[in-house]
Amino acid sequence: MLLHTSKLKFTHPDQPTLSFPDIKLDSKEAIVILGQSGSGKTTLLNLLAGLMTPQSGEVLFDGIDLATRSPQRLDQFRGSEIGIVFQKPHLISAISVIENLELANYFTKKQGQNLMVLLTELGIAHKANASVLTLSEGEAQRVSIARSLVNNPKLILADEPTSSLDDEHASAVVELLKSQAEKIGAALVIVTHDQRLKVHFSKFIEVSGT
Amino acid sequence: MNLIKLSWKYLTFRPLSTGLNALLLALGLAIMTVLLLIQDQFEKKMTQDAAGIDLVVGAKGSPLQLILSSIYHVDFPTGNIPMEEAEKLAKNRLVKGVIPLALGDNFKGFHIVGTNYDYLKSYKATVSNGILWEKPFEVVLGNEVAVQTGLKVDDVFAGSHGISVGGHEHDQYDFKVKGILEQQGNVLDRLVMTSIESVWLTHDEQGSLDSTAMNGLSSHDHEAFQRPVAQTGFPHSDRPREITSLLISYRSPMAAIQLPRMINSRTVMQAASPAFEMVRLFELLGVGVSLLRGLAFVLLGISGIGIFIALYNSLKERKYDLAILRAIGATRFQLVILIFLEGLSLTLIGALLGVGFGHVFLQVLISSNEQSVVSGIQAWVFLPEELWIIAYALVVGLVASLIPAWTAYKTSIALQLTRA
Repeated sequence: MLLHTSKLKFTHPDQPTLSFPDIKLDSKEAIVILGQSGSGKTTLLNLLAGLMTPQSGEVLFDGIDLATRSPQRLDQFRGSEIGIVFQKPHLISAISVIENLELANYFTKKQGQNLMVLLTELGIAHKANASVLTLSEGEAQRVSIARSLVNNPKLILADEPTSSLDDEHASAVVELLKSQAEKIGAALVIVTHDQRLKVHFSKFIEVSGT
Repeated sequence: MNLIKLSWKYLTFRPLSTGLNALLLALGLAIMTVLLLIQDQFEKKMTQDAAGIDLVVGAKGSPLQLILSSIYHVDFPTGNIPMEEAEKLAKNRLVKGVIPLALGDNFKGFHIVGTNYDYLKSYKATVSNGILWEKPFEVVLGNEVAVQTGLKVDDVFAGSHGISVGGHEHDQYDFKVKGILEQQGNVLDRLVMTSIESVWLTHDEQGSLDSTAMNGLSSHDHEAFQRPVAQTGFPHSDRPREITSLLISYRSPMAAIQLPRMINSRTVMQAASPAFEMVRLFELLGVGVSLLRGLAFVLLGISGIGIFIALYNSLKERKYDLAILRAIGATRFQLVILIFLEGLSLTLIGALLGVGFGHVFLQVLISSNEQSVVSGIQAWVFLPEELWIIAYALVVGLVASLIPAWTAYKTSIALQLTRA
C-alpha cells in the first residue's frame, strides 16, 4: 500500500471541522476525489502532500506517517516522491521552460527523467528554451505536468487540472496524466469538482466535508 | 540550475530595477573611493613635498599662498624679497640650510623654478638623462614635464611670463634642456628647474626692452650669459637683486619658536610654516570633504532602502514562485539563501561598479587638471581600504535582505498555491 489515510480531520480558523473518508491507494493506481467547492477537497490534497498537518488522523506514505518527518525532511521528501500539478501552472517566469524542470532536479539532487524526452512526449519540446511568458495556457499546463514528473515520483497529485478546459481538452489532459503516471509507475490522485472525470477512472470517492 | 544561477536570473529578469539600484549604490561608493584615494595620496604627497622644509620665507601676504607657491607650486607667488635681506637671514645661527627660489615664469603651464643644486638634493632627485644646468638658460626638466611636452635633452624652448598658460612669451632667449630627472613621485616631476641667474636675465631682458628707464639696466652684458652659475647658496651679483622666496631648515627646535617671530616682526619678509599652513588648509577643505562623505552615506542609505524595496516588492510578486520552489523540494533555508544571494549579488555588482567608477572619476579629474596638484595622484592605485568599501556594501545588501528573507522563510506553500 503506497498511500493510506485514516480518520483525517482538519479545521480552518472560524470554520466547522472537516473530516475526510479514508483513502487507500496502491502504486500505479489512480483515483479521483470529487467534491463541490468548499467541500475541503483542496484541504485534503494539501494534507496528502504534507503541505498541511492534519488535526487528527494520519497520512501513511509507504507506511510512514508524513507528520513524523521534520519540516526540512518533508520538503525534500515531497520534492522527490510527490509530483504536484496545481490548479494554475505557477511556472517561474524568470527562467526558461527547461530550466523550470531542471530546478526540480536541483532541489532533490535526483537525476530523474531525460528532460527533452519528457518535453517531446508532452508535445512542447520546441518551447524548451523559450521564456515561460511566451507559453499558451495549455502549454503552460503541460509544462507544469512535466515538472511534476521529472523526479519520477511515486505519487502524482493534481488539483483541478481540467476546470477551465472544454470536454476534448479535459479528457486529453486526464489521459496524459494517466499514461505518464503509468509509465513511471506512480499512483495518481486527481482532486476536482469536475464530474466529467468519473468516466476515466474506475475508482473515485466523494468528499462532502462533514 | 542552482541557487546562484537562479538568483542571477531573477536579477536579470528585472534589469531596470536591478540597474537603478546597482547604480545608486555605485555612485555612493564611487564618492567614497575617490575620497579615500585622494585623501590617502594627497596627504602623503603633501607631507612628502614639504619634507625637510621647516620654514618658507617670502614677501608679506597670505602665508598659505606663500606655502602653496613655494613648496607645491600651485599658486601665484606673494611677491619678491631683496636678496640682501635673505642673505642676512641665512647667516642666522638658528638656520641650518637655505634654498633660494626665483619664480614667476612657466612653460606650457609648468612652473619654471630658478634655484640651485641644493633644491634637487633636498628631494634626493637624480638625473636620468643628461646633466644638471651649468650656465644661464640651461634647464633640467621634471619627468612629467618631459613626457607631456615631448622635450628631449638639447631641445630649446621659450618660457612665458606668469605662472599660468597664456602669458606673453620671453622669446628673446631660449631655454636649453640639459637634463631630465628620473620620476620622483613628488612636486619636482611637474617643474622646469634652472638657475636663479636664468630667471634674472630673462627679466632683465624684458625690462630693457619694455622700458629702458627701469633700474638703468640698459646695458647688455653678454658676459653674464656665459658665466657659470652658482651651484649652492646665493648667486653672485654686483647689483641689488631680488628672489621670490627662501626654503629654510632649522638647526634646532628652538628655531621654530624664535625664527618666525623674528622674521615677521623685524623684517619686510614673512615666514610661514608648511606644517601649520597645511593643517589650516585641510581644516578648510575638511568642510567640503565631510559634506561629500555625508552625501556618500546618504546615497548608500538610499540605495540600501532601494534594494530592500526592490527585494520586498519582487517578493510579493514571487510568493507563488517561492511556494512552488518549496513544493518541488526546496527547504525554507534554501529560500532564505536565495533571497540573500539576490541581495548580495546586487550589492556586489554595485560595489565593484562603484570602486571602478571611483577610479575612473579620479582619472578624469586628473587628466582634466594636468598641471595642478592632483596631477601627481595615481588613479589606478588600489588600496586595501577599498576591500572595506566592498565589505561595507555587502553589509548593506545583507541588512536590506533581512526582512525579505524572513518573509520568504515564513511563506506558507499551501496557502499560496491552493487558494483558488
